[in-house]
Amino acid sequence: MRKAFAAAVLENHNTDDCFFLTGDLGFMALEEVQQAFGSRFVNAGVAEQNMVGVAAGLARENLRVIVYSIAPFCYARPFEQIRNDICLGALPVCLVGNGGGYAYGHMGPTHHALEDCSAMGALGVRVIVPAFDDDLRTLMGRFTQPTYLRLGYDARPSGTVAPAYSAWRQILPGRRGALAALGPLAGVAWQALQDVPEEQRPAVWAVCEFDEAAIPDAFHQQVANGPLYVIEEHVAHGGLGMHLSFSIAKRGIGCQAFVHRPALGYPTGRFGSQGFHRAQCGLDVASVRQMIAAPA
Amino acid sequence: MKNSFDNLLIDTKLRLLKMHHEANAGHIGGNFSSIDALMALHHLVMQADDRFVISKGHSAGALYATLWSLGQLSDEALSTFTLDDSVLPGHPSGGGIPGLLFSTGSLGHGPSLSAGLALAARHRRTSQRVFCLCSDGEWQEGSCWEALTFAVHQRLDNLAILIDQNGLQGFGRTRDVISCEDLGPRVAAFGAHVRNVDGHDPAAIAEALHSPGPGVPVVLILDTVKGKGLHFEDRLESHYLPLTSEQYLAARDTLMGKGNAS
Repeated sequence: MRKAFAAAVLENHNTDDCFFLTGDLGFMALEEVQQAFGSRFVNAGVAEQNMVGVAAGLARENLRVIVYSIAPFCYARPFEQIRNDICLGALPVCLVGNGGGYAYGHMGPTHHALEDCSAMGALGVRVIVPAFDDDLRTLMGRFTQPTYLRLGYDARPSGTVAPAYSAWRQILPGRRGALAALGPLAGVAWQALQDVPEEQRPAVWAVCEFDEAAIPDAFHQQVANGPLYVIEEHVAHGGLGMHLSFSIAKRGIGCQAFVHRPALGYPTGRFGSQGFHRAQCGLDVASVRQMIAAPA
Repeated sequence: MKNSFDNLLIDTKLRLLKMHHEANAGHIGGNFSSIDALMALHHLVMQADDRFVISKGHSAGALYATLWSLGQLSDEALSTFTLDDSVLPGHPSGGGIPGLLFSTGSLGHGPSLSAGLALAARHRRTSQRVFCLCSDGEWQEGSCWEALTFAVHQRLDNLAILIDQNGLQGFGRTRDVISCEDLGPRVAAFGAHVRNVDGHDPAAIAEALHSPGPGVPVVLILDTVKGKGLHFEDRLESHYLPLTSEQYLAARDTLMGKGNAS
């Protein structure tokens, strides 16, 4: 999504009141942004705490600021700066973490971000996990509050067209409950279930934001009449599954079965690609297909 | 004969003392090591559009008293310091404090925030200057050095960082805790323009801040005494302990005696 993100930044934010800060990342992705922004593009170096503090200073002067790094360096290292400098002041800084989940697979666990959405959400940051490249154009409009944008890889089947961005989108109809997939895993579920007959599969939803108010009534109706599957490349704690179960419990909706596939960390102590880790967590195409085929 | 600023400074110290005593609040030492600099900065140096960041948020009381001296906070407001339902907490936050831009208290944030403000001012081609007050122990935070490196690289000569070098931190002397008593040379080695001054001499502080740095940020090392003028001057107790009534009255008499000396 880096290319789509860069294009969206150029289209929506290349104005005199917008700064772009990067923590020395963006090679072969942000060069056009760098060139277009000029002095408003600041490589803040390998110093994420300072970068976020500087962003807060700029934002306090009513400048718009996009802060970019890879996901773990974006939210974890400067956590206190995000909490104190940005969130306590409700400053509309957009934090962009590239490669959420296991996306930086073979680079190892220090480069993975498995709890970022939970951590940022706990601070009141608006967390957005785009599912498809095309989402970026819509999402990169004006930010009015602290925002965390978790970028991944668009995994939808080739030749398909994603519906226009919404926090919740049904991308496949189904008659056997519902499956909620966080961000790019919607593309994985799309691949896994597109050839499964509707009566044998759940409706597949791409979920990009945790906002409880955005959950459609249709989803609740599906859950009331069938199993709920949740897949997310994020730890269970504070993730989509917990948010949904909380919401369903508050509404008093019955749920026939709840099947949750979160990121499990490193259960075997071995490391590999994003595909390797997804398979270990049951989040790859084959595992999702098997999950739906099995009795819930 | 003392001038009006000197008398206002004494009145402000008395108000700060009263505020802390009534609230039974600690951190008096760091407030009295920095009050001279805060008063000099706000009364003798800063212009209307300049920005100030109090990175050593535990000197909130001195900031509030300084704002009181400027007529920006009322007596009634100060009387709520650290109490329930107050807009004046022990470390500054929220919208009830004139000119406050950020919530500070966790150390090591101010220099980066100030660098962002200074970068914004330069981008807008204004003559605004940005002033940031730090403690000396605060420079044990790595984020301060990140910020300094950035500010020097960006040549933010509209930024001035004041370091209240009183030599005492939470649980010992800075030289004993982690040997950071030589901040001036260290900061200079990072490329900042360093100036040293008696941190209890407002006129000297104002003079030292009169001009911006030569193409790089100024770092002003304030040679100060923690709890200056109080019974626990230059003692660790001044970092945390509030004043008893006897100590308060004695300190008040000392400050007023200085006032009467004119």
